Amino acid sequence: MTTAESAGTQESTVDTLVSIQDLKVHFPIKRGVVLDRTVGYVYAVDGVTLEVKRGETYGLVGESGCGKTTLGRGLLRLVEPTSGHAWFEDVDLATLKGERLRKMRRRMQMVFQDPLSSLDPRQSVESILVEGMRAHDLDKSKESTRRRLLELLDAVGLPSTSLRKYPHEFSGGQRQRIGIARALTVEPDLIVADEPVSALDVSVQAQVINLLEDLQNEFGLTYLVIAHDLAVVRHISDRVGVMYLGGLVEEATSDALYAEPLHPYTRALLSAVPVPDPEVEDARERILLAGDLPSPANPPTGCRFHTRCPWKQEELCDTDRPELREFRPGHRVACHYAEDILAGRIQPHEVRAELVEEHGISPDMPLVGPASVTEVLE
Amino acid sequence: MALLEVRDLSVVFQRKGEKPFTAVDGVSFDVDPGQTVGLVGESGCGKSVTSLAIMGLLPRRGNRVGGTATFEGTNLLSLSDNQMRERRGRDLGMVFQDPLSSLNPVISIGLQVTEVLQRHRGMKGDAAKRKAAELLDKVGIPDPTRRLSEYPHQLSGGMRQRALIAIALACAPRLLIADEPTTALDVTIQAQILSLLKELVTDTGTALVMITHDLGVVAGLCDEVNVLYGGKIVERAERHALFNHARHPYTHGLLGSIPRLDAPKGEKLVPIKGSVSDNIPWDNGCAFAPRCPNAIDDCRQTMPVLETDGPGQLRCHNPVELADAVREGAR
Repeated sequence: MTTAESAGTQESTVDTLVSIQDLKVHFPIKRGVVLDRTVGYVYAVDGVTLEVKRGETYGLVGESGCGKTTLGRGLLRLVEPTSGHAWFEDVDLATLKGERLRKMRRRMQMVFQDPLSSLDPRQSVESILVEGMRAHDLDKSKESTRRRLLELLDAVGLPSTSLRKYPHEFSGGQRQRIGIARALTVEPDLIVADEPVSALDVSVQAQVINLLEDLQNEFGLTYLVIAHDLAVVRHISDRVGVMYLGGLVEEATSDALYAEPLHPYTRALLSAVPVPDPEVEDARERILLAGDLPSPANPPTGCRFHTRCPWKQEELCDTDRPELREFRPGHRVACHYAEDILAGRIQPHEVRAELVEEHGISPDMPLVGPASVTEVLE
Repeated sequence: MALLEVRDLSVVFQRKGEKPFTAVDGVSFDVDPGQTVGLVGESGCGKSVTSLAIMGLLPRRGNRVGGTATFEGTNLLSLSDNQMRERRGRDLGMVFQDPLSSLNPVISIGLQVTEVLQRHRGMKGDAAKRKAAELLDKVGIPDPTRRLSEYPHQLSGGMRQRALIAIALACAPRLLIADEPTTALDVTIQAQILSLLKELVTDTGTALVMITHDLGVVAGLCDEVNVLYGGKIVERAERHALFNHARHPYTHGLLGSIPRLDAPKGEKLVPIKGSVSDNIPWDNGCAFAPRCPNAIDDCRQTMPVLETDGPGQLRCHNPVELADAVREGAR
């Protein structure tokens, strides 16, 4: 997929569709039945700033628990952001309410990971597709609606006989096509696709990826694709943001990110992806990260990656959280030592795996952050 | 003689009032000591059922298992449940995809590891505990003595998978079957587990049967690869040969469908058309024929057989030409 703009002209002329500013989504951890004390927070998304330009595909990658899904849902207001802004053109979605929010939702749709659980098993495909149109008054006449539905089915590659069928009569790939068609019924500008292909078999996955690309060209859609599979994200995205523990650690065009990853986490991630080529696999040097992702309820101080980082330094890393800064035009990175690592002045060292508590929070743990949810929401 | 010789293995599911379904259909392969053999295919191709049948883990009721699986001269499929129980855990180890549902949630990790040692090695008390801690340490679990008293829910996904590998390796089995051991894990954790498995195979000489849908995993790990489709092996080759010039249109199609991290950008994926539901029964020809770009009339009339093809084996009437295959593979 190509953006209309070439890399060189990324000035203010470029049309920004979505602009997320310092978005935070914190989930309270509750204890107790009667008193319902809040004993801490899961810092699912903790200050993310990014922009999605009109017509491009922005890929968001990261491992499970890094907050990529929550960011997508927070943007669409499917979960309430704790603080921050999410601008859609010139409307701040984070403060929108009621009818205005509902109207805005026509312009931003979501495609979910599991097509079976996101489609109502008791609704026929026709009814699933018409529902959204009806909600947004696009269902003008029987004749035009029918024409529109057939057009859409054709666009996503399903036979016109599908309308009377139910979700269970389709295969996984076909169900995902229905999910995509449903998102398209209301003529959205933005589609947030949360792991659109990860539940599918490889051969079917390629069909859906190609379909998403074709639809983008046909309808001029903007995509925010959330996925854990780096190869898929690189394939379909124009720009990629890498998330780690609630924050963006690197952002670049997908070519630049692959050619020259700057953040140690991105490097490790790229080196860990298996490539279906024995020669490449044999020759590759892997950066094996020690241990697991720390708990987002108790994120490490300073740079959140410092507990696993092979390039960790004595200073700054464990005390100051690095800002996502512009390393070169269009390439942002959140690492204190990006220059030194790139130049090879810092060499990686062995990291011992530290204990990671899966259920990180215990009642006797000292609390950080605000004492109640209401305080945060003010 | 090979360590494990699977010959003409078939598994038929029979349900009351339903047509019998052949999940595995005449699968044969060998595993040598210290060798890593891959079984690759998409969901429903019969790769997991093959492993369960070899391990004797399929319920007897409603399944008909045919053929032989000879492990060091004994046909595993003819053993009684009790005899098989003696073998499993001692000679044969298995690692499953989902570690949380394969570990007992109400028994501590320590007990689950020592159980194997007590059962098969007759180790007791402190000795078993020490050995268990040693095993957990070997698979890279930090602070193993403390972990012994913890329960599966207290461990992360990667740690659980390590614990499961520790249990499978407790008695130094000569054959380890790993069924999608990294599918539920993140890439960085997957890389850890794969390097662990690789290390164990080199260090102990354990033979490994790796079952996966991920061709990338196979490329880095397996010596020999069997590609399954519709319950039959359609192509078998040494990994370099397979990835450089896949001959079966299905293997070829799979390789074309995967977005590669190192491929030039902007290249379109070449998916396989249709889905597994389009398959025709093997009796009438090639199951893959309706989805195959190379299909000829023969493919819908006679069943292709697995024949020697260069160094590997192939089940196809009209394979991808070697010249084309090489060009595609080298892109």
